[in-house]
Amino acid sequence: MAFEFSRTQGREILSLMLRSRFLEEKVEALFASHAMHGTTHLAVGQEAVHAGVSPALDPDDWIVTTHRCHGHTLAKGASEEAMLAEFYGLSQGLAQGLGGSMHMIDLEHHNAGSSAVVGSGVPIATGMALQLKRKASPNLVVAFFGDGASSRGAVHEAMNMASVMNLPVLFLCEHNLYGMSTCARDMVSVESIASRGPGYGIESLMVDGNDVEIVYSAVQEAARYIREQKRPYLLEVRTYRFSGHSKNDKRTYRTRKEEQEWLSRDPIEALKKKLISRGHLIEEEYNLMEDSIRSRIDEIADRLGDQHEELDLAQAAAYVYSPEVAE
Amino acid sequence: MIKLSYREAIRQAMMEEMERDPDVVLIGEDVGCYGGCFQVTPGMIERFGPRQVIETPVSEECIVGVAVGAAMMGMKPIVEVMYGDFSTLAADPLINHAAKIRFMSAGQQSVPLVYRTPMGSGTGAAAQHTQSLEALFTNVPGLKIVYPASPTDAKGLMKSAIRDPDPVLFFEHKLYGAEELVPQEDYLIPIGKADIKRQGSDVTIITYGKTVFTALEAARVLENDEISAEVLDLRSLRPLDTEAILASVKKTGRVVVLHEAPRFGGFAGEIVSTIVEDLEAFSALKAPVVRVCGLDMPTPFNKNLEQQLPPSSKRIIESVLAMFRG
Repeated sequence: MAFEFSRTQGREILSLMLRSRFLEEKVEALFASHAMHGTTHLAVGQEAVHAGVSPALDPDDWIVTTHRCHGHTLAKGASEEAMLAEFYGLSQGLAQGLGGSMHMIDLEHHNAGSSAVVGSGVPIATGMALQLKRKASPNLVVAFFGDGASSRGAVHEAMNMASVMNLPVLFLCEHNLYGMSTCARDMVSVESIASRGPGYGIESLMVDGNDVEIVYSAVQEAARYIREQKRPYLLEVRTYRFSGHSKNDKRTYRTRKEEQEWLSRDPIEALKKKLISRGHLIEEEYNLMEDSIRSRIDEIADRLGDQHEELDLAQAAAYVYSPEVAE
Repeated sequence: MIKLSYREAIRQAMMEEMERDPDVVLIGEDVGCYGGCFQVTPGMIERFGPRQVIETPVSEECIVGVAVGAAMMGMKPIVEVMYGDFSTLAADPLINHAAKIRFMSAGQQSVPLVYRTPMGSGTGAAAQHTQSLEALFTNVPGLKIVYPASPTDAKGLMKSAIRDPDPVLFFEHKLYGAEELVPQEDYLIPIGKADIKRQGSDVTIITYGKTVFTALEAARVLENDEISAEVLDLRSLRPLDTEAILASVKKTGRVVVLHEAPRFGGFAGEIVSTIVEDLEAFSALKAPVVRVCGLDMPTPFNKNLEQQLPPSSKRIIESVLAMFRG
C-alpha cells in the first residue's frame, strides 16, 4: 500500500511547502524591486523535495545543500527570520550577511551549509560521513546535487569513494530537468541518473519528485537502508523548477507549453487535493493557512527591510582566520 | 637531539600528533603499506591502523573535498598528495572551500586540515611532476602556507600545522634524505615566523624551501670575496614575516630574493613589494633588489637542461657580486 501522511503530518508538510513557496516568491519580488542585491536561485515547484527530504530524516542527520538552498534550509529547521536577514545581508542573518542567498548555513539544525560550486558539496558531505562513521554515529549525511552537477568528476569520485569506504551518505539527485539552461536530455548520458548507482556498487532508485509522500517514504527507506547496511544510497527525485535558473533568466530554453504541463503537476496543489479528499483539510482551512503564512513572511520581510545592522569590514576580516594559534 | 632526515622528521611529527589525538588522520593515495610516493609514511598504517591511516582511490579533488568535510566534523586530516603538480586537481576544495568556509559561515565552522605535497625539480620527472606551484595559492586569503627547508623546521611546523584551526598547505622539497640533529622533546615552530639561517651584514638572501641550501652554499663562497651574506629562511609564506624581512634589509641594504618557481608572477614579487613599500627599508637600499628564480619554462626531461632550470649558487653569487661592482 502506498505511503500516506497522517492528518497532522500531512497538514504540517503542506504548511512547510507553502512556507518555502511563499518565502521564495517574496525573495523574488524583493530582488526584482532591488530591495536585495546580488542574485538568487529559486526552487519554486520543487517543494515536494524540500518537504519530503529533511522531515523524513532523524533531526541529527546532516545535510549539505547547493546554491539552490532555500527550501532545504527552511525544511531542516531554519527560521524565515534568520534566512531573510541573510538575504538582506544583515548581521543577524544565518551567516551574519557574509554568505547570502547561496550560502545558507544552520548548524543548530545540522545543516552544514552549501557549496555554490555545483557538485563540490558532494565530496564534502562524503567527508562528513567519513567522520560520522569513525565516531560510530548512527547518523547520515544527505548530499544534495542537481542533474547539472551529476556531470562533475568530483561527484563520480565521491560516489566511488563512499562505496569503497562504506560511508553513510544519501546522494540525493534533485533532477529538475535543467542545468541552468541546458536540458538533461542533451547533457546526461543516461535516461536516469539513478541508473548510475550500480556502476559504483550503490543501491539506487528514481522516484516522482513532485509527490511529497513518495519522496518522504523513499527517503525514509533510503535512510533505513543506509543505517542498517552501513552503505551509501543514491536517490533521484524527478521534479521541475517553475522559476528560472536565477534572477535574470528569461527561460528561452524551454517552451511555455512544457511549463504549463508541469504547472498542472504543482506539488502543493497535489498534496492539498489529497488531504481534502481524505477529509484531512477543508478549503477554508487551506485559505487561512495561505493567508497566515504569506502575511507572516511579509511582516518579517518588511521589518527586516528597514533594519541596517551590518558587520563592518573589521568584523568581517576577523573571520578570515581563527584568532587561535597552536601552542 | 637525534639525527633525522627531512622525511623522518615529517613522519615523526605526524606520528606524535596522531598518538596525542586520535582525530589526527592521515589520508592519501598509497600512504599505507607502500609508505607514500616519497616514502614519508612507512610504518604508519602498521602503527595506527586503517582508522587513522586512510588509503584512497586516485581522486585528488575528492580526497581533499572529503578532508574538508571531515575537518568540519572534528577530524584533523593530513592529506598527502603525491606531487605538488596535482594541486591543480585539489584547487577547488582548497581555494573555493577550505579557504572560505570559516568566513562564509561567519566563524561557525573551522577546517583544520593539513595539505602535504612535495614541490620542485631535480628528479628527472619532466614537466608535470616537478613544478613549484606555491604562488597559485599564496594569493588566497583563508589559507596558511608553510614551506620548511630543514628537518627541525619541518617537524615543528608540521606539529603547528596539525594543531592550527585553519587549513594549512605544507609544501615539502624533495631532499627527503637531508639529515640534521633535531630536538627530541615536543616542540613547535610557529607559523608565520622566518628564521635567519646564517647571520650576515652585507647582503640578505631571502628564500624558502630547497633553495635555502643553495643560498647557504652561495653565502659560503661569498665569504671568500669578503662579502658577508645573511640567509633569511621565510619558512612560512602566508602569513609572511614582514618584520623579519624588513629588519634584515635595513641591516644589510642589499637583497636577493630567491626561489625555484619561475620568476614571472612568482612569490618573489610579493617580497620585493614588501621591501620597497616600507620607507625605511627602501631608504636603506644600497642597490636595486634582485630576483634569482627558476627559468620561465616547463621543466625539460633532459638532465643537462633540467639542471639549468632552478637557480644555482653560481647565479646568486654573480648577482651579489654585480651589486658590489655597482
